Amino acid sequence: MKYVDEFRDPDTARKLVQQIQRLTNSIMAQRAEAGNTRPLQLMEFCGGHTHTIFRYGIEQLLPNAIELVHGPGCPVCVLPRGRVDDAVALASRPEVIFTTFGDAMRVPGSKKSLLQAKADGADIRMVYSPLDALKLAKENPEREVIFFALGFETTMPSTALTLLQAERQGITNFSLFCNHITTVPTIEAILGDPDMILDGFLAPGHVSMVIGEAPFQFVAEEFHKPLVITGFEPLDILQSLTMVLMQIHDGRTEVENQYKRVVQKQGNSPGQQAIKTVFEIRDFFELRGLGSVDHSGVRIRDAYARFDAERKFPVAGLTVTDPAGCQCGEVLKGLIRPWQCRQFGEQCIPQTPMGALMVSSEGACAAYYQYSDVQALKIKRHEGSGGKERAFT
Amino acid sequence: MCLGIPGQIVSISDEVNHMAMVDVSGVQREVNIMCVVEADKAPEDYIGEWVLVHVGFAMSHLDEEEAQRTLALLAELGEFQEELDQMQQGVTAEEQPL
Ligand code: SF4
Repeated sequence: MKYVDEFRDPDTARKLVQQIQRLTNSIMAQRAEAGNTRPLQLMEFCGGHTHTIFRYGIEQLLPNAIELVHGPGCPVCVLPRGRVDDAVALASRPEVIFTTFGDAMRVPGSKKSLLQAKADGADIRMVYSPLDALKLAKENPEREVIFFALGFETTMPSTALTLLQAERQGITNFSLFCNHITTVPTIEAILGDPDMILDGFLAPGHVSMVIGEAPFQFVAEEFHKPLVITGFEPLDILQSLTMVLMQIHDGRTEVENQYKRVVQKQGNSPGQQAIKTVFEIRDFFELRGLGSVDHSGVRIRDAYARFDAERKFPVAGLTVTDPAGCQCGEVLKGLIRPWQCRQFGEQCIPQTPMGALMVSSEGACAAYYQYSDVQALKIKRHEGSGGKERAFT
Repeated sequence: MCLGIPGQIVSISDEVNHMAMVDVSGVQREVNIMCVVEADKAPEDYIGEWVLVHVGFAMSHLDEEEAQRTLALLAELGEFQEELDQMQQGVTAEEQPL
């Protein structure tokens, strides 16, 4: 297979790794002169990137002076417990068929997950697309079909366009439980958090495909951090890391686009238009681990209130704290590594997750669990050693 | 949900709602192409084009080489079969065991 050979291109990978090493040495030397020996902390925001990084063991290729912080860009991982409880309550209404992406089934609420609610008799169905949910609504006119709308800007146009199609087709037994979140305020919250000192960002490729490059300018201009919009292949990640390091090395802070083959400068305008038509910004929205973040969520505009499950049905909307001992918040902010959480591999495993980071294949804890030697990591935690993992198999 | 899956537009199934049949490695499903068609072009003009499909919506054009590379990446990440099954079935009754 010609394409796979090309995609695995070991020569290019080797060259990029060497370049990363050279740039890092030079940056660290510059910094040492100024008395700064802190490692470089670079955040990949997107869970898709986290997955690629683990799958290809990219962290082990990097110099020790680079730490990758796995950011909160996995919509399932930042879904707070209170919203899962609300979803379970909606799904348990007898008249409701509750539809969701498979990823969200195992996310624990305070009492149960959707999977457990289904086992208890709630009519919950996994769908591939919101369009499948709309089809169910057409086929079941006597039932109310609710779609659990999740995701950053990548999936927002799909939900918005489905709602508009429902309106056009006069379908009245269809509504959205809207949990969409916006990327920019989430990044802003991370940058504004005094606990976190990041040196640069890999920005999410498919969010950028929708919103374009411009919304990220504030990272470079106000926060003076380099940011590179990044694709999902291992070589994309290596190349983007090189670009971020070059900016740091040259003292530049810019928005650069490594993923030009998919991301256009202006983004996708029909997608942006659909989002604007249907959604408006919420004053604040809770993200698991990060707490309440201003303007981080969207809700359905008044003009489409009849498609809003939160207005059609009573929804408690309570904030529920995470279970004791769960350290998802610290992991999401990069303050500890997933395996340093006391629950990792103990109570919290993919089959019985305590936190959402153990649920989705894009969550940092699930990625560590899947791709590393869990026993070795547990021993390391008991020994209390920190720093970079060397326990990968 | 975030990585998407590449497919090729093979026919237009519902012009009013911008629906097209898209082929992903031999599996066909109806996909909304509203975000990748330009207002002054007919949907038929897009037959044969490769697109990146997220949860049933084509969100970006791809060239064929990029499409093949992305398919290979998804296969390597172990996300391909699951995504394809979900795409084909639309609604899945049971959660897959881990
Ligand atoms: S191991 Fe579990 S509880 Fe700990 S941070 Fe990860 S998901 Fe949260």
